[in-house]
This record gives sequence, structure tokens and C-alpha cells, in this order.
Amino acid sequence: MAQATDIQRRYGKTQRVDRWWIEPALFGGGLLAFVIYSTVSALILGNSWHFEAGPYLSPFFEPLIKPGWVPEWISPAVFILWAPLGFRTTCYYYRRTYYRSFFMSPPGCAVTEPAKSYSGESKFPFILQNAHRLFLYVALVFIPILWYGALKAFWLDGEGLGVGVGSLILTANAFLLMMYTLSCHSLRHLIGGGLDCFSCSNYTRTRRKAWDILSLANEHHKGWAWASLISVGLADLYVHLVANGVLTDLNTWSNF
Amino acid sequence: MPKAHLKVWRGDDSGQYVEYDVEYEEGMVVLDVVHRLQATQAGDLAIRWNCKAGKCGSCSAEINGKPKLQCMTRMGTFIDGETITIAPLKTFPIIRDLVTDVSWNYRVAETMPELKLSGPDASGHRRMQQIDIDREQEFRKCIECYICQDVCHVIRDHPENQGNFAGPRFFVQLANVAMHPLDQNPKSATVAHGFGLDYCNITKCCTDVCPEGIHITDNAIIPLKERRVDEYYDPIRAIGRKLFGKK
Ligand code: SF4
Ligand code: SF4
Ligand code: FES
Ligand code: FES
Repeated sequence: MAQATDIQRRYGKTQRVDRWWIEPALFGGGLLAFVIYSTVSALILGNSWHFEAGPYLSPFFEPLIKPGWVPEWISPAVFILWAPLGFRTTCYYYRRTYYRSFFMSPPGCAVTEPAKSYSGESKFPFILQNAHRLFLYVALVFIPILWYGALKAFWLDGEGLGVGVGSLILTANAFLLMMYTLSCHSLRHLIGGGLDCFSCSNYTRTRRKAWDILSLANEHHKGWAWASLISVGLADLYVHLVANGVLTDLNTWSNF
Repeated sequence: MPKAHLKVWRGDDSGQYVEYDVEYEEGMVVLDVVHRLQATQAGDLAIRWNCKAGKCGSCSAEINGKPKLQCMTRMGTFIDGETITIAPLKTFPIIRDLVTDVSWNYRVAETMPELKLSGPDASGHRRMQQIDIDREQEFRKCIECYICQDVCHVIRDHPENQGNFAGPRFFVQLANVAMHPLDQNPKSATVAHGFGLDYCNITKCCTDVCPEGIHITDNAIIPLKERRVDEYYDPIRAIGRKLFGKK
């Protein structure tokens, strides 16, 4: 304990002269904005703000689960959102970001953190971060589901095949969400990182190749994380705006 | 000749900053300027250095608050006349001026598991294939400058954790053992609780400052954390081990 206060006594909170606080402020602000938007759009407004327009369904509701016994005020998104919420909260990249921005642990590198004691991820609740792998399994199931939603967006009942701005948005969104999942650190470990010998058999050689490819994606995990977060928010907003008559979707169909 | 305005920590724990103006030439690094300061104005300034080539890991210091090698920090990165603050590594006890006592790291090094290589093959050699060791070559670049240990908030802000936490430099070393194709240590040897991998919250400051550009967090710490999950926290694997015996 003595030494931490020593550092501050001797040198103050930090001697960095660059604007180290911009990064945590920006990324923390971005995360907060998304959390607020998605809570309002998917959970609070829920059924009272239409989320389906023609062949489009907001990705927050994909796949649509709406059993009869569920009261109208409960949003069908509750059956879906726990999965991406758990996946992203325990994601190594998002952990880094919110530990820095929200917990100030640390606020910046070589900037003294405010907390008096620290046990990192060794105790409850943060030890639960180890469940990331379980959420990954669920996220992998969501990849085909989101692609199904994207493909469905090219088919209007009664008219058949066509394409609209919404179909393109939902396809881009499915791609970005897939890339976010494929660049996951846990997946990189499971696919090959956990091996110590790659040359031992054809099977392990193949896993090494897969590991090489996933490692390329993994280097940009942060990029995929933000790109997919922004795209899923925008896709949700777009479908809502079309469904509620604020925007008209440009498309090849005649009656939508 | 441009002039640098230096603010250098002088003395021990109860020392203070002393300001100096030192002339320098284009192309110099901070270490050159500190040497000139030593030669012209502060003959008793204590500083540790060796190679002036970013390879010995001795000249670590905190320059304008950022842990760096003095010999790899170019004067050209500062504006003319800017005050340059040079402090010793703040996480470790000061011996004098810019020299700190980093022996805690040596004590941690003694607790590291050693490689236990499997025996030589029939021809008397231990053979490894490139694809099995290329991942580890990154870890062998470490020059033990301890800049990552210095910046890590787990011990920098909470020195009481020094007994439970090996630190990023040693996570690199553990990863090197863990992934070695010929190593015979049990899996648990490199991810044991005592090394404090769980204390790391992957905020990546060690990676940001490593002068060798080792991806400490992505390539050493996170893979080790995943191996810890294999070992202790994956219920599906635990059931598998129960049903099919230990893998
Ligand atoms: S990533 Fe972990 S080991 Fe590296 S500085 Fe941050 S807390 Fe320390
Ligand atoms: S890992 Fe990098 S920062 Fe840490 S001691 Fe080695 S070279 Fe220095
Ligand atoms: S590490 Fe980010 S999704 Fe797994
Ligand atoms: S003097 Fe050797 S690393 Fe700087």
C-alpha cells in the first residue's frame, strides 16, 4: 500500500502530457450511447415500436420468438438479447474498454487509478468473465440465424425475389456480426491456439491453417467489434424507421 | 544548436526534480542528452545503460510520464524548448536518480517453471518443426527492460499484489513454456493460480509500451487465460474429463 501513495506523493497522478483521456472518453461514450439506444429501442419500446417491415426484421429480434403467454408489454427482444449482451460483456476487447472507461482501472496507462484495492478478475463478479467461451458457443449458433434473416430480406411474400436498401443493410450487418464472432480470442484458442504441436498430424496441421486465418481476423477484433456494434444499431434503426413509416425503403418490389 | 529543457529526478525516495538546459544535436536520443548532462553539468548523475541500441533493456525510464527506453526515444519527437521530464521507473524502489532496484523481477523469475524437454529421438537429436515454434519466436524477443512490469497497474497502483502476480514480462515467459512443442510440464504448471493471471484485466498497457513490439496481451496473456479456462472454468470440458478420463 505504502508505495502506491508514494508514487502519487512523489510524482502526482500522472506526468503524461498527451491527451490520454480522449481515448477512454470517446470509446466509453460510444458504448454508453449504444447501451442507451438498444435498451430504449429493443426493451423499453419493444412491441409498441414496430420492428418488422415487409421482409425485414430488426436484428435485435432475430429470430422472432413470440409465444402467446407472454404479455404484450414484454419485448420479444428479451429472448434474444441476453446472448449478444453476455457475449459482448465478457469479450476481451470490450472488457479492456469498459475497465478503462467506466471502472478507471486504469483510466490510462501510467495514470494512477482511483481504487484503493484491486483483485482484477480473480474474484466475484469479474471471475465470471471466464464464461466468455460459453457465450461464444451461443454466438456461433446466431451466425446462421442472422444470415437466414439477411437472406429472408430478399424475399417478399406474394412477390418473390427482390432487393431493397434494407436487404443490403441486413446482409452487411450479418457479415460484420459474423466477422466479430470469428475474430474472437476464445475461438482462436479453440480452433488451434490451445495446441502445442501443430505438426503432429494432418488434423493438427489443418487446425494450424485455421488458426492462421482466424489470427488475421483476430488482429482486428477491435475494428470488427465497433463495426458490428454500429451496424447492428443502424440496421435496427433503419428497420424501425421503415416499419413506422418515417422512411420509405428503396426496392425492386411493387407493393412494399 | 537546439536546447532541451530537462526535468530530471535527483536523489532517492525523498529526492526532487532538478531542471537543466542541455544543448543537443539533430539525430540524438534522450540517452545522449542525459549523457551530455552528466558530462557537463551533473557529474554525479546515476543512470543505467549499456548498449544504446534498444537491446540490453537497461535504460528504461519514464519520459514525460510514459515508460520508455531512453536510447530509443528520439529528440526529434519533442518540440524545441519543450520541457522533458525524466523519472526513474516509478513502480520500483529508487536507488538513486534514474536507477531503480528491479530485483523483485529476479525473485519472480525464480518461481517460473523450467522447460522439461522430452528426450532426444533415435538419432540423438531433439527436433522441432518451424510451424511449432514460430509462434514462440515473438516471445524470445523480450529484452527484460521491465517497462511492461512498470506500467502494469496491478502492481504499479497496488504494490500489495506483488506477492500474487508475476506480471506481463513473466506471462510472456510462461506462454513460451506453455506452447513449447517438446515441453513435458503438465498443462497446469503454466497457468497455476499463483502467477496471478486472473489479476490481469487485459487493459493492454504492457502491449502499448513494449519496445520490442511483443503482443503481450493478445499472444501471451489471453492464450494463457484461455488455457486457464480449459483447466479450471469450462464446465463442458470438466464433464468430458469425467466421462472420458483426463485429456
Ligand atoms: S494487460 Fe494485464 S498484464 Fe498487461 S498491463 Fe494490463 S493488467 Fe498488466
Ligand atoms: S515483454 Fe517487452 S516490455 Fe516487457 S520486459 Fe520484455 S521487452 Fe520489455
Ligand atoms: S474476445 Fe471479443 S468476442 Fe471473444
Ligand atoms: S541502453 Fe540498452 S536498451 Fe537502452
